[in-house]
Order: sequence, then C-alpha cells, then structure tokens
Amino acid sequence: MTAPAAERVPSGTGGEVILRVEHLVKHFPITRGIVFKKQIGTVRAVDDVSFELRRGETLGLVGESGCGKTTTARTILRLEEPTSGHAWYQGRDLFEASAAEMRELRREIQVIFQDPYASLNPRMTVGDIIGEGWHAHPEVVPKARRRARIHELLELVGLNPDHINRYPHQFSGGQRQRIGVARALALEPTIIIADEPVSALDVSVQAQVVNLLEDLQAELGLSYLFIAHDLSVVRHICDRVAVMYLGKIVEIGDEYEVYDNVAHPYTEALLSAIPVPDPALRGQRKLILLEGDVPSPANPPSGCRFRTRCWKAQEVCAGEIPELIERGQGHPVACYFPQIEFRSPAD
Amino acid sequence: MVAVAPETLGGLPLDPHAPLLDVKDLKVEFRLDVGTVHAVNGLSYTLHAGETIAILGESGSGKSVSAQAVMGIIDSPPGFVTGGSVRYRGVDLLQLPDSERRLVRGNRIAMIFQDALTALNPVFPVGWQIAEMFRVHRGVSKKQARERAIELMERVKIPSARERIDSYPHEFSGGMRQRVMIALALSLDPEILIADEPTTALDVTVQAQIMNLLAELQADTGMGLILITHDLGVVAEVASSVVVMYAGRAVEKGEIGALYHAPAHPYTIGLMDSIPRHDLHLERLTPIVGSPPDLMAIPSGCAFRTRCPYAQERCVTDVPELEPVGEDRLAACHFWEEVQRDRAGG
Amino acid sequence: MSDPGIRSDEIAVEPDVDGEAVVPDGELEPTSERAGSLWADAWRQLRRKPLFLISAGLIVLMVVIAIWPGLFTSVDPRDCRLENSLLRPSAEHWFGTDLQGCDYYALTIHGARVSISIGILVTIFATLIAIVFGSIAGYYGGVIDSIIARITDIWFAIPVILGGIVILNLFRQRGVLQVSFVLILLGWPTMLRLVRSSVLSAKEMDYVDAARALGIKNARIIRRHILPNSLAPVIVYATITVGVIISAEAALSFLGVGLQLPSISWGLMISEAQNRIRSAPHLLLFPGLFLSVTVFSFILMGDALRDALDPRLR
Repeated sequence: MTAPAAERVPSGTGGEVILRVEHLVKHFPITRGIVFKKQIGTVRAVDDVSFELRRGETLGLVGESGCGKTTTARTILRLEEPTSGHAWYQGRDLFEASAAEMRELRREIQVIFQDPYASLNPRMTVGDIIGEGWHAHPEVVPKARRRARIHELLELVGLNPDHINRYPHQFSGGQRQRIGVARALALEPTIIIADEPVSALDVSVQAQVVNLLEDLQAELGLSYLFIAHDLSVVRHICDRVAVMYLGKIVEIGDEYEVYDNVAHPYTEALLSAIPVPDPALRGQRKLILLEGDVPSPANPPSGCRFRTRCWKAQEVCAGEIPELIERGQGHPVACYFPQIEFRSPAD
Repeated sequence: MVAVAPETLGGLPLDPHAPLLDVKDLKVEFRLDVGTVHAVNGLSYTLHAGETIAILGESGSGKSVSAQAVMGIIDSPPGFVTGGSVRYRGVDLLQLPDSERRLVRGNRIAMIFQDALTALNPVFPVGWQIAEMFRVHRGVSKKQARERAIELMERVKIPSARERIDSYPHEFSGGMRQRVMIALALSLDPEILIADEPTTALDVTVQAQIMNLLAELQADTGMGLILITHDLGVVAEVASSVVVMYAGRAVEKGEIGALYHAPAHPYTIGLMDSIPRHDLHLERLTPIVGSPPDLMAIPSGCAFRTRCPYAQERCVTDVPELEPVGEDRLAACHFWEEVQRDRAGG
Repeated sequence: MSDPGIRSDEIAVEPDVDGEAVVPDGELEPTSERAGSLWADAWRQLRRKPLFLISAGLIVLMVVIAIWPGLFTSVDPRDCRLENSLLRPSAEHWFGTDLQGCDYYALTIHGARVSISIGILVTIFATLIAIVFGSIAGYYGGVIDSIIARITDIWFAIPVILGGIVILNLFRQRGVLQVSFVLILLGWPTMLRLVRSSVLSAKEMDYVDAARALGIKNARIIRRHILPNSLAPVIVYATITVGVIISAEAALSFLGVGLQLPSISWGLMISEAQNRIRSAPHLLLFPGLFLSVTVFSFILMGDALRDALDPRLR
C-alpha cells in the first residue's frame, strides 16, 4: 500500500549528480536518391532533452513507442552521434570526447539491451561474452584472474558458474538477460543504461530480473538509467521518472509525484490506460481515451506537441513550447494547464 | 458461389441450445526432427454467447496453439491434433472434413492475431481485403462489397474510412492496423471471435482503445470472445471467466472475481505476486523461480513442480486433475486447500 | 513466501540449463542433448542427412580422381594410336577411344583435375575478395560503401560467358591460370553482394552494439561478431559456385576460348564430340556424365549446408 505523506522517503536527493544531459537533440535525416542523397526532411527523434542522474539512484525514462527514449539512451552511449547538446559525466562532455577518450569512458557507462536473443553473439561462449570487455580494458582484471572473475560474475547474477563454456541458445530468455547483466558488470561501471531490460521476458521471469537489478544496485552502488514503456515496472524500480512524448520530456519527478500527483495530461492519460489486475476495481478507473494516432516525429505539431490529442488544449498551446519547469505541482512539468488539485492516492 | 453457413454442418444439425464452443480434452503435438513438442495436453473449456473467456498463460503454455487448433489452422505436418473434441454448437469440428471446416472458419469463428502487419496481405489495399470477404462468401457485387467495407471500417472507428479504404496496411499505424484486422474478422458476423494477444504489440494507450472497441463490438453483436493473453490486467478488465494454462494444460479455471480473490493454484498465485502495480507502491516483487518449461520434456507428474514451493513426492508421480475448489472454480493441484489457506492467511 | 537471501529465490529450485529439473528429493530428468556451438550442432545435423552424405561422397570421389588419377587408370591418356580411332566402349577401352585413338576412360579421368582445380581455385579467390571488400563496404557504409557497391553493380552487368570470351581472346596461351584469372575477375561481384548484404544484417544485431558499447575496436568486431555470423550464406553460395565455375570452364572450353589443347578438359572433349553425336555417342556421354555429376554434387552439397546452417531453424 502507499505510504502516508509523512513516511515517504524523498529519493534522488543527497547523491551527487554523476550524469547531466543538457539540451540533447538527435535528428535523423530523411534522404532521397541513390548515388547523390538529398535531404528532404528530418525525423526529430529527440528534441531538447535535459535531465540529471544521481549516484545510486534509478532514473526511469518512460514513454510509448516513438517517443525517443531509446534514441536518447543510444545517443548518450554514442552508438548514435548527437545532433547537438551535452552529456556531462564527471566533468567531461561525452559528446566532445575523442574516440580514444570515449573508449576509456565506456568502461564507466555500460548497457543492457532489450532482446535477450539478439544481444548475445550466438557463436561465442558465455564466458567469452562476459569477458570480452576486458580486451578493450585489460587493466580492469589481470589475465590470470579472468576466469575466476567470470565465475564470480556468473554467481553474482544467479547463474551456475559451471556453464561458462555453454552457448547462448542453451539458456532461457531470463538467463540470457542475466548474462547480459554480467557482461555489463564485468567492466565495473558506475552507470548502467538498461534499455527495456525486461520487456521481452515472460511475466514471471521479469520479476526475477527486476529483483536482480535492485539487489545489484544495493550491493555495488550502481546508478541506472532505466528505459521502459511499462509504467508498472518503472514505478517499482525507479526512484525518479521522466515521461517522454514525441522527443521531449513532459514531466519528471519521483514515483509519488508522477504516479499519485500526476500533473501532465499525457501522463494522466497514460496512467489511466493501464489495466489494473484486480477485477474488483473494474470500471472504477477513469479511462481517458486519446483520439487518433501519435503525430509523426518528422512533422511534430507546433508549440506543445501533445496539443493535438489533449482535451485541455487552447490557443497558447500552439504558440511557444511549454518549458519543463516547476509550475506549483512540486515537480517540473511541461504544460500550461497542469493538474491543479492534489489527488490523494486513494482516488 | 454463395456460401452461407448452414444450419447443419457435415450432415449433423447445429444445436441452438448447446454452448457456442465446447472444448474437451484437446491435445496437440508437433513432431520435429529433434523431438516431439507437446504443446497442448488436455485442455477443456466452454464458451457461451456474450461471454468473454480469457486464456491466460506465458510462453510455452500452449494458449496460442490451442486457439489455432480450434480454428483448424495448424500446419500439419509437423503439428497434429492427437485427441479431444472441439464442439461448435454440438458438432465436433475436429471430425469434419476440411471442406466443411472452411465454412466455419472466418464465417462463424473468426480470429485476430498479435501482429497485424504480418496477418494482413501487404500487397492489397485494406478495403480490397475486407470487400473480398463479402464478394467471396456472400456473393455481393464489387460496388456493394466496397460500401460494406467502408461501413465496417467506420464501425471499428477508423477515421476518414472512405478516403483510406484504398491505403495499404503499411500505411497505417499499429493500432489502426489492428482495427483493420478486427474489421476483417467481423465482416461475416461471426459468433465467436478469438483474439490471440491482440494488444501485446501495442502501446498501452492504443491497447485501451482496442480493448474498448472489442468490448463495444461484443456488446453490440452478442458474440462470444476468447481472449488469449499473458496480461493479468487485461484479463481483469474484460473477462468473465479465465482459464490459466501452464505446459499445455489448464491449471486453474473459474469466474474471474473469485479466482483473483482466492486463487488456489501456486502458479496463479506466483503470477499475481510477480507483477508490479502502477497504482501501488510495492517493496519487493516475488518472482516464480526457474523458467517456463521445455515442451519437449515436460516434467512428470505436475509440470509446475520444478518451480513450486509446495512440491512434494506426490507431485512427481501423480498428475493433478482439475477438481472443484469453490463455486464454479477448478484447480489442478494436490495441495490446493493448503495453498488457498496460506493465501487467505498470509 | 519470503525470500531470505539476495538471490536465493532464483537459485532455490532453478532447473539446470538443459532442463534437468532438480526436485527436493534429488531426482533428475535429463532432456534432449543440445550441447555445443552452432557449428557443432550443424555438423551433427549434417551427418545424419542422406543428401549431405551422398554429395560429400561424390565430391570426395571427384577430388581423389583429380589429385591421383593414377589410382583409377594406369593408361597414359596421351598414348594415342590412330589405328584405334573412334572405338566403341569395350573390355580393353572401357569408355572407347576418341578421334586420335586415345583411351577415353583415361582422358575422362585426367580431365577431372583441371575442372576441379579451376572450380576450387576460382571460388576461393573470388570469395576472399568478396569477404574483404564486402565486409568493409557493409560495415563502414557511407562513401566507401557507395563506391564499392557501384563498382560492383557496373561489373555485375558484364555477362560472364560473353565477357569471358572477349577477355580470353586476348590471351595467346590459355592454361589453368589464365582461365582461372578471368573467371575470378567475372565471378566476384555476386559473392560480394552476398557478403555485403549478410554483413549489413549482422551489423544491425544488438550484440554488435553491445561490443561497441564495451569499447571493442572495429577490426575485432568485424572479425569476431560480424563475419562468423554472416558466413553461413557465403559458405552455401561458395559451394554452389564451385559447381557453377566448373560448368563455366567447360562452356568456355567448349566454345574454344577456354583451355587449349593439349590440355585435357571435359569441355574440350565435349566440343570435339559435338560433330559425332550420332556416330560416336560415347564421345559426348562420358565427359558429359562426369561433368554433370560433379556439378550436381556441389549444388546438392550447397543445399544440404543451407538447411544445416540456417539460424532460423534453431
């Protein structure tokens, strides 16, 4: 049950900021032509996104397909090159780093992917997969200790160390995700970016991996950037949540602020759409049905991107883009007409 | 050729008083080079008009295969229906020749799938595909078929249906494509609609739209709906009864409120405890240990025993049968009383 | 049900990887054996297929004939006596004799060497070129890819036989090396396109992104991640290509622009046989048969390999 206001531990405070993303923009050009390509448009996948990640916290980046959350993650990892913006990590801008510097920095920011079947090379043994990072970063573990360290890592993620010479296809989906986690941990990173790490798993297995990630965070002091579309999982594991829509963050706050004291109409609609697994509550949620489809990121609406589907939309919404700032809700929201009254969680 | 679904099927009369669909002890297996996959191992359920049954299970539970067996669309070889009966209004579909079965498929029993992009033919406009159903099965003219197609598209709330009737599947968004698929399925006014994970691939806001649409259409037509899903939330929202499947068998069945309130099978409880909630703050999730079973080597006795906290010697040797555990409820567990008791007390 | 330890809830009753279930009283139930890498799996699957065994057997036979023709005949194919001209098959000359009076059986046996060696030589080199440039084009993309791809497309448009005729006519001496050179020159575009598209799809896989995120260098990524996972279609196609090249050499020699006398080639033999099909059919039959069987066995082998190496059947 939800804790009463007095007992809520404010999370995400106290820890120092270890990653600060400022005005991140990532546009993909739409080109035409075979030999000489001409640009005829842009997909504005990520359009001015800023947030901070503190040490030891889990920040969730949540939204539906096409909102830009995965692109944000990939750009921070420089698997895509940013169009503009900064990503400050320990005083250095990740986007300004040279190839050599980036290689060093990669040690500290690692990643877990969504698809347990595509994220592991089917032709490498589990041991090789986990230890591959050490080829690029030999200083992390001396050669003589590597095999032992792989055994340790396998145990750490709940797998049998005897399976070090087996191949990915011999494991189940949940086990493969654990291998992916072990691979990320091998370099002893500070931050792990988890891109939909449980979305492709069976429901009963999702909880295993979620628990594992939580335990590892407590044990190793990791910080997570948790990308997902499942708001229930996000509520459970994240300390703070940023909601994205069409390339922008529309609301950001801790779990009580965003879920119980929701301010942005999109978040409200999103939350209302989630079916509650309790038939006794059937018909009780106020379902907000959004009209139509998400606009194309190649041609987003002017001003507030959500205005074409928003029941509160007025003229001002088509003008200047509302900024993500404090508007009296207790947490930043990008809307000219955010929720005014505080709703207690029991509603 | 005008093919109107007959009031007899294969020479046997359709019984208007029999349940719409009565599946008994269905068994399906796939014979592969590397071994035999026992996908469905004795599934039974009954569907009445206006009812929504949810078949709940994870991967490897056999839920999709069982639906395909009802529709008669399993590739054979390597798939074989090796036992049981599927009675549509009293007539066993499994005993009918394919020519008779084809009269039922699409006409009386329709199915929609998870991925509309692969279920729709990419080289024909959507309007054409819908109109085709009317032309072939009802023998109407091209013009009439087109009008009916537009009507249908409007009924499933596709905006600007008249303009979009000539668009191709890939020109629609995921949610819109799903609506097209629903329109296609409903075109011949089926009595039963089987929805195989219809919203799994969709965003949650779109999912809400589609489930809403399905509920409205069901209320309008009075058809029976079989909803196959792994999502406990979706089940809780729309189903009147639920069949929980594990390793090809039903492990718990019953009216939905009672089942959620007092589950009697450890798997059901495990599922409920392992999902997070967006409306509650939970300290820790309780997962089910282990992984879904390998259908080529299902554990002896109770298939769930390898992941069950209640497992004992008896579970290795005796396959638990479904027994009544409450009013209108069945569960297949040797220790269901203890399970229910613990749940109520804990 | 509480969970006392950090991860004991996952390990407590976790089935072993092979599906062996550990129940409280310690009973074990093994499942189907699936140990080993994908290559080992493929090999195990191949071993059982008659298609593979037959084609492999034929290929091995042909290769042995090519390397050690002496094992199959002690007769010198060049020991020709005019008085033995155009004899039908008999106990003394199993395949009869040709116009010059040479033992046809010996000729046919010795003809294998040239065909097999050209087939294998050309395939190996064309594949190597294709792998090097195809993976560079596919992996790095951009300008390099555009250039390589366009050159390949233009080259691809040159018809093999016609082009072969034109280029080979420039050589006065045409032996195995010259013919191989020309066939390599004309054969690499198809291979390269195959490698390139294979690399393009391997590049999209998450595990390549994972390697990049670990900081692995491009060369290692290509070597350990891209190539092993894009080679399957290349292996299949290369096997079939051997058959195709053998066929092509025979065609060129038949047309008079391939190997020249005194080389012994099935194509040349068939060329000489074409005017005497009615009177001395054995002249066409035997080299034709050997040629067909050889080409056929390579194509069959390619088929068998494709089924075994198809990752979708995992």
